[in-house]
Amino acid sequence: MTPPKIHPLGDTALVCVAPPPATLECQRRMWALADAARLWPHVVEVVPGMNNLTLVFDPLQADSADLAQQMKTAWEEAAEVDAGSAEIEIPVRYGGADGPDLASLAKQLELSVDELVKRHTQADYIVFFLGFQPGFAYLGGLDPTLHAPRHPAPRLEVPAGSVGIGGEQTGIYPAASPGGWQLLGRTDLKLFDPARHPPTLMQPGDHVRFTALEVLA
Amino acid sequence: MIDVIRAGMLSSVQDLGRTGYRHLGVSSGGALDALSLEIGNRIVGNKPDAAGIELTLGPTTLRFTRATRVAITGTDFAATLDDKPVYSWWSLPVQAGQELTLRGARHGMRGYVCVAGGIDVLPMLGSRSTDLGASFGGLGGRALRDGDRLATGVPQPNKSAVFSSAGTAFGVKAPAWCKFVYVEEPVRRGKHTPGNAWSLPIRVLRGPEYETFTQTAQRDFWNEEWTITPNSNRMGFRLAGTVLERGDKADLLSHAVLPGTIQVPPNGQPIVLMGDAQTTGGYPKIGSVIRADLWKLAQARLNSGVRFIETTVEAARHALAEERMYVKQVESAIAMHAERLDR
Repeated sequence: MTPPKIHPLGDTALVCVAPPPATLECQRRMWALADAARLWPHVVEVVPGMNNLTLVFDPLQADSADLAQQMKTAWEEAAEVDAGSAEIEIPVRYGGADGPDLASLAKQLELSVDELVKRHTQADYIVFFLGFQPGFAYLGGLDPTLHAPRHPAPRLEVPAGSVGIGGEQTGIYPAASPGGWQLLGRTDLKLFDPARHPPTLMQPGDHVRFTALEVLA
Repeated sequence: MIDVIRAGMLSSVQDLGRTGYRHLGVSSGGALDALSLEIGNRIVGNKPDAAGIELTLGPTTLRFTRATRVAITGTDFAATLDDKPVYSWWSLPVQAGQELTLRGARHGMRGYVCVAGGIDVLPMLGSRSTDLGASFGGLGGRALRDGDRLATGVPQPNKSAVFSSAGTAFGVKAPAWCKFVYVEEPVRRGKHTPGNAWSLPIRVLRGPEYETFTQTAQRDFWNEEWTITPNSNRMGFRLAGTVLERGDKADLLSHAVLPGTIQVPPNGQPIVLMGDAQTTGGYPKIGSVIRADLWKLAQARLNSGVRFIETTVEAARHALAEERMYVKQVESAIAMHAERLDR
C-alpha cells in the first residue's frame, strides 16, 4: 500500500490522506490508526473520512511535527482491523408512501421492484465513516447495478429514517432534512439519540444489512 | 431562574461546545465568540465552560427571579438594568425581579449573558450547547422563545465577596481594547469595495488544496475584500467577491472539516465554516482561519468586509498564547480586586 501523505489543516489539525482509489483495506488501516490516535495526549478529535483521517489537537499543548511523526509510525505499524465489527440489521418498509421513488427507480434501472429490493437487501454493507448529520453513515457495498443519479431538485423535506440511493451510495437519513436521494423506503430505527451511549446506531467499521418488512409497489 | 421576556432574533444556550463526537457526525457548536463567553463566566465566578446565553443582534429582555450576578460580554448591546444603563464586560449584582434589556448590537453580531452558576440545562454528549441543526442540547434543542424559563446552576463556592449578589459591580478590559487583537496588515494592493472603507483582517493558513487554485485565484484570495452575505449563520459564513477558479478540478473524497475551514464550492465563492458546521465535506479547502481569529470573525456584521491575511503556524500559536495571557491577566485582576474587597 502506498504510504499516505500527512498535512496540516489549519492550526489545530493534521490529516492523513491515502492516494485514490479508495479501498476497504486502506479504510481498515485508517480505523486502526484512529483507534491508536484516540489514546494520544492532547488529541481531542479523531475523525475518519473516505480513506483519510483527521486528528484535531490542542495547539498550545501538542507539537504538530511530533504528532505527524507519530501518525506516520502508527500507520506503518497499523494492522487492518475490522473496527466496529457489529452486525446491524435495518428493517425497512420498501415502497408506498415510505419509498416514493421505488417504482420509478426500478423502471429506470430496468428491474422489477422485487429484484431491486432483493439486490438492496442482499448486500453486506460496511460503515466507512459518519458525517453530514449526526448518525449519518457512509456505507460501502452498494450493488453497482443500483447506482442511480440524485434528483435534479432536492426534496424540501425527507422524513427521518428514509432509506435512499444517491449516486454510488446508499444510506439512511437520521433526521428530517432536505435531500436529493432516490427514496426506496423507511426504517423506524433511531439512528441518532443523544441520550443513548453511544449516541449513534452505527459506528465506523460496522456491518449493515437491510431487511424488507414489506414491499409496496 | 431567568424569565425570557423577549428572546430576540436568535438566542440560544451555549457553552464552549461539544468535543469528542465529530467522528459520529456531531458538530462542536458552542459560543461562536468563545473568548467572550469565557470572560463572561470568569467575571461572575463560574468555570470558563459554564453555559450562558448567546444573543444575535437582539433585542432581548431577561428577568431574574433571584438575586445573582450577571455579565454581558461580546459586542455592545446598549444594555439597561431596570432602565439604568449598564456596561458590557462588567460583573453586575442583580436583585430579584430586575430586568436586563439588551436593545441591540451596535457594532458586532453577538452578545453573551452569563449568570452565576451558569444556565442549568441537561448536558448532552458532554455539553449544554444547543445543536440547532440536530435539535438537541440547550433548552429543548431549539432557540429561545418569548416566555421561556431558564434554570440557573449552583454558583461555585467562593469565600470572597467579589462575586456576591450584594457586592459591587466591577469591570474588566474587553479584548477589543487590548493590543493582542491587533493584526499587522500587509500593504494593500487590492481594490477597495466602494462604501466599505474598512474590512476586518482575519489571519488564515493555506489549505490543503490551495495549490489546486489558479495563480490568479491564489492572488485574489489574499488581495480582494470579501463580503459576508446575509445568507450566513452559525453553520457557515458565505462570502461574496471575485470568483475563485481551480486549475486542477480533481474531485476530493469526503474528509473532515472544522470550524475555520474555508471551502470553495464550484461557484467559486468561499464559505468559512463556523461552530455548527457539519463534520465532513467534499469541497476543496483553500485555507483555514486560525483559531485565535475565529471569535473576531463571529462578531463581523452581515454585509461587512473581510480580508484574509496569510500567516504561519508559529504565528497562529503565538496569537493563541497571547489570548491565554489576556485571560490570565483578567484572572489576576479579579483576584486583586477580591483581595482589596476582602481585606
